[in-house]
Amino acid sequence: MKNLLNFLLKFHHFILFVILEVISITFIVRYNNFQKVKFLNSSNAISGKVYTEINSVKEFFTLKKQNEKLAIENTNLRKELLSIKQAGLNVLPVHQLDSSNVKLIPAKVINNSVNKQYNYITLNKGYRQGVRPDMGVMCSDGVVGVIVNVSQNYSTALSVLNGRWSINSKLANSNYFGPLKWEGKNPYLAILNEIPYHVQVQEEDEVVTSGYSDIFPEGILIGRVVKVGHSKGENFQEIWVQLSTDFNNLNYVDIIQNSMNIEKRQIEKLTENE
Amino acid sequence: MNKGPLWYIISFVVIVLIQVMLMNNIQFSGFINPYFYILFIILLPINIPRYLLLILGFVLGITIDIFSNTPGIHASATVFIAFLRPYIINSYNLDDQERMQIPSIANIGVKWFVKYVVIMIIAHHFFLFFIEVFSFSGFLHTLLRCILSSIFTFVFILISQFLIFRK
Repeated sequence: MKNLLNFLLKFHHFILFVILEVISITFIVRYNNFQKVKFLNSSNAISGKVYTEINSVKEFFTLKKQNEKLAIENTNLRKELLSIKQAGLNVLPVHQLDSSNVKLIPAKVINNSVNKQYNYITLNKGYRQGVRPDMGVMCSDGVVGVIVNVSQNYSTALSVLNGRWSINSKLANSNYFGPLKWEGKNPYLAILNEIPYHVQVQEEDEVVTSGYSDIFPEGILIGRVVKVGHSKGENFQEIWVQLSTDFNNLNYVDIIQNSMNIEKRQIEKLTENE
Repeated sequence: MNKGPLWYIISFVVIVLIQVMLMNNIQFSGFINPYFYILFIILLPINIPRYLLLILGFVLGITIDIFSNTPGIHASATVFIAFLRPYIINSYNLDDQERMQIPSIANIGVKWFVKYVVIMIIAHHFFLFFIEVFSFSGFLHTLLRCILSSIFTFVFILISQFLIFRK
């Protein structure tokens, strides 16, 4: 016993080192379980507040760019409105966002990164404003990410630039679908997989959300095809997609609240059990 | 010249804020990402007990992790260099008077300090980047990120020395 105590005393720093490393590595490896630990991510009250302050300074310097972006968006929306009016109101496609099931919660990006392997976005809206995990996030240019953690007034979202996530997407003109995943280095490029060889894919083809998952409604722009290649060891095409969202310059986003999701999940659960 | 606990608490907060507010916003083509915060571990007094050094390293890492949504990644790297630090310092022959001090340029001398800081930064960055990628695929890309970020971290830490310990 005495020897054991002496041993522990002599190597106490080494033992402590091993314990702390094991704790850290458990955090990394079991990341998904620890998401439930609310204080371990940037949606908590303290870091949310700090990021809000930082952002209010940063925002000041990008005002001009934001104004231009808003003006362009306004023009586009007005154009769309005019064309709808000219065509008559009844021709609205069913899947458009203005159907009554889908609501948008406007939010501001208060923290964002593009240079890591797993990038996250912190938003200034949380549980009190109706944000829940698994809601999609989009901006005027296209898909942004999906909410993972929610606190009272803040939330964090996985961005498209995160290796832990792939979006269910499809080619807009042929309706073939597959998972789209970030390429890993370049914040403007992603790879669409599982498209069979007989499908003709052209450069500049649009890639949009498929609507098969409950996160995004159908038809939100993700990006455009830049290169078509072969995927290694698989009988599918590897399609490189230029993302339409500029993650380097992200300020205002919309969180998609789909009231049909609960019902959809319930019916899907029934078939899962069979 | 040893400073009290209050000085360390304040410097902890200041260093974390500098890291989160300024350094995390430096993003050149996804390569350069200076991790200035390890300055806190570098500046702890030489004669600090080893267990305290490890615990402080863990606390610092977890704090940075919370801000950057990377649970465990920074913590494992800071604990690693906190463990290495006594071995690096022991490899230099210091007399008892020097052992009482904070390892800074003003106290210990430029040559000694540069060697010590470079080893600490490289150990930290390599550990961090490889644990982040968690594989050796894309080895060269990760290596390049490591080297470029190390250089930037080193420059910032050196600048801080002249700002904090001006005579």
